[in-house]
Amino acid sequence: MSTETRPAEAAGRTLPPVDTAPLKRRRRQAAWVQAACIAVTLFMALPIVLIGLSAISSRDALAEFPKPFLPSEYSFETLLAFFEATGTIPALGNSVLVGVYTVFWSLVVGAPAGYALARHAFRGKNSYQVFILLVRALPIVVLSVPLATMFLRLDVYDTVFAVTLVHTTLALPTTVLITASIFVAVPTDLEEAAQVFGCTRWQAARKVVVPLALPGLAASSIFTFVLSWNEILGATVVTLSHRTLPAQVLTALDEASTAYRFAGGFALILPALVFIAVMRRYLVNMWGTTLR
Amino acid sequence: MAEVVLRDLVKTYAGATVRATDEVSLEVADGEFMVLLGPSGCGKTTLLRMVAGLELPDSGQIVIGDQDVTYLEPRRRNLSMVFQSYAVFPNKNVAENIGFGLRVRGTPAAEVRRKVEWAADLLQLSPYLDRYPAKLSGGQRQRVAVARAIVMDADVLLMDEPLSNLDALLRLSFRAELKKLVGELGTTTLYVTHDQVEALSLGDRVAVMREGRIAQCDAPTAVYDDPANEFVGGFLGSPPMNFLTGTVERDGSKLDLGGQSLAVPHALSTFAGRTLKLGVRPEAIEVAGGDGALQGELQVLEPLGSSALLTTEICGQPVKVQAPPTFRAEPGGSLSLRIPPEACRWYDPETSLLLEVR
Ligand SMILES: Nc1ncnc2c1ncn2[C@@H]1O[C@H](COP(=O)(O)OP(=O)(O)OP(=O)(O)O)[C@@H](O)[C@H]1O
Ligand SMILES: [Mg+2]
Repeated sequence: MSTETRPAEAAGRTLPPVDTAPLKRRRRQAAWVQAACIAVTLFMALPIVLIGLSAISSRDALAEFPKPFLPSEYSFETLLAFFEATGTIPALGNSVLVGVYTVFWSLVVGAPAGYALARHAFRGKNSYQVFILLVRALPIVVLSVPLATMFLRLDVYDTVFAVTLVHTTLALPTTVLITASIFVAVPTDLEEAAQVFGCTRWQAARKVVVPLALPGLAASSIFTFVLSWNEILGATVVTLSHRTLPAQVLTALDEASTAYRFAGGFALILPALVFIAVMRRYLVNMWGTTLR
Repeated sequence: MAEVVLRDLVKTYAGATVRATDEVSLEVADGEFMVLLGPSGCGKTTLLRMVAGLELPDSGQIVIGDQDVTYLEPRRRNLSMVFQSYAVFPNKNVAENIGFGLRVRGTPAAEVRRKVEWAADLLQLSPYLDRYPAKLSGGQRQRVAVARAIVMDADVLLMDEPLSNLDALLRLSFRAELKKLVGELGTTTLYVTHDQVEALSLGDRVAVMREGRIAQCDAPTAVYDDPANEFVGGFLGSPPMNFLTGTVERDGSKLDLGGQSLAVPHALSTFAGRTLKLGVRPEAIEVAGGDGALQGELQVLEPLGSSALLTTEICGQPVKVQAPPTFRAEPGGSLSLRIPPEACRWYDPETSLLLEVR
C-alpha cells in the first residue's frame, strides 16, 4: 500500500494518442446548428428585406421582369406618395397612440392581477386562470357588432379610446398570465427583506419587484404592442374616420397600385420593429450580467 | 436596544396538519445573544419570521421592548434580519444593498456612505462595493446580507443561519468576528443555526428546539453538561451522548445493564425494580480504569487526529468512547471502561426527562 508517485515510471509510459474524433463531432454539430440558424433567420428576414427594397424602388424598377435582387433604380416616390395620401399620417398617429395606450392600460390592469396570481393562494385560482383565457375564445367578429352598438350609444364610437378598449381587452389575458409567470420568478424573500428594512408593500414592489421583473414586462409589452398594431377587425368595426394604419391600408388596398401596397406593407412593419428595438434594452437588462 | 418576549406562540401553516411552532415561550433579555438550535424543520425559521412580522401567529403574543408587536407590520418593528437565503437584491450593487435600509429611512447620503464603508470594511467587502451580487460568491453574498443588517442600528437583530455558506476555515474566523461584533453593538440578537458548535460558541443562552417546541433553554455549558431530556443529549455533541438502559436492582443501589452493573445514586432508590436510563458523554468515559470498571468489546477504532473514537459494546448496548489520540487496541478485544459517577446523567425512560440526583 504505497501512495508515492513514481515519476520515472510515469514519464516512461506511452499514452494512447489523443482521440480527436469527439472534438470533430462537436464541431460538425455546431456547424449544423449554425446552418439551421441562418436558414431560419433568412426565412424570417428575407420577406421584410424584400418588402423594404420594393418600397424604395421606383415604379419602373418594380415593373421590371425578371426582377433583380437589388432594384435597378431607387426612389422614395411611392413611399412619399403613400405618406402624403390623405389619412395616412393621422392613421399612423392613431395606430401608435392605440398601441402605446394599450400597452399602458394592459400593464396597469393586468400586471397587478398577474402579481396576485403569482403571490396569493385563493379559492378558484385555477378556474380563474382558465376563465381569463375565455375572452380569447370569443371571435372578434361575434364581439365587434355588439361592441360597435354599445360604443355608439356611449358616444365613444370612432375614437382612439374605443379601439384602445377593444385592444386592451384582447391583450389582458396574455398580459395577466405572462406577468404572473414573471412575478413567480422574483423570489418572495427579496420582497420580505425590503419590508423588514423599512419598505411598505408598495415600496417593496416598486424598488425590488418591478426592476427585477422589467425584462419580462418588456417582453410582455412588445407582445401587446404587436398584437394591437396588427389587430384589424376590431379596429375596423369600431371606427369609421379615425382608422388605425393597418385598418386604413386594408380598406385602401383594393383600389391601390402594387407600389402603394409595398409602401403600405413597409410602413406597417417599421413601427413595430422600432418599438421592439426600443424595448430590447430592457429585455436584455440583467444586473451585472448584461447580455449583448 | 430592547428585550424580546415571546408568549405561547402557535403557528400552523395553511394546509399543514402539525403545528410549525407549538406554544413557544421565550424571553430574550436586552443585549442578549440567544441561539435557536434544532434539527431541520423544527420551526426555527418560522419563529424568527414571526418575530420579524413576515408570518402572523395563530395565537400568542410578541413583545419587543415593552411594545406589543404581534400583528405589527415588519417595517414598524425596528429590527433587521439576515435571511437564510441571503435575499440580497440582485438589481443593486453591494454598496446600495448595504445602504438600502438606511436610504429607505431617509438617512442623509453622507451618513449612509460612512456607515456602508464602516460595515464593508468590517466584513472585508470594500473591494466589491461596486459589484452586483451576480458576480459575488455565495460567502460574499452572505457577508453582504450581514453587513446590510448591522448598519441599521436596529433594536433586534435576527439572523437565520448567516454562516451556513462559508467554507470551514472562513466560518471559524467569521464566527469569532461575529461574536466580537455583536458584543460591541450590544444588540439583542436571535440567531438560528443547526450547527451545534456555532450555537455553543456564540450564544449567551441556547434554546434547543424540537418539533415546534423548546426542549431546553439555558447557558451553553448547562445545555451541554446537563441535557434536560434525552433529545437534547442526543442532539448536542459529536458524537452525541451515550444512553444505556438497565434495571435497578431490588435494593436500589445498582443498575443492572444485563450482566454487568453500575452504582446508582441514593436519590434514585425509588426506582428499585424498574428500568432506568443512563446518559454519559463519550469524552467522560475513561479507558482502562481500575475500580468499578465495566467490560466492553471494542468494535471499531477511528483515529481522528485530536482523539481516537472507539465504538464499543457493553452488554450488547452500543457505547461511543473518546480516547486519547495515541490509544491503540485491536478490534474484537475487550476493554475496561470506567464511567465516573459525576459524569452520569439519569433519565426516566417513560418521560425521557432528566432526574435530579442532587
Ligand atoms: N410556507 C410554508 N408552508 C407550509 N409549511 C411550511 C412552510 N414553511 C415551513 N413549513 C413547515 O414548517 C415546519 C418548520 O419549518 P421551518 O422553516 O421553521 O424549519 P427550520 O427549523 O427553519 O428548518 P431548517 O433548519 O431546515 O431551515 C417544517 O415542517 C416545514 O415543512
Ligand atoms: Mg430555517
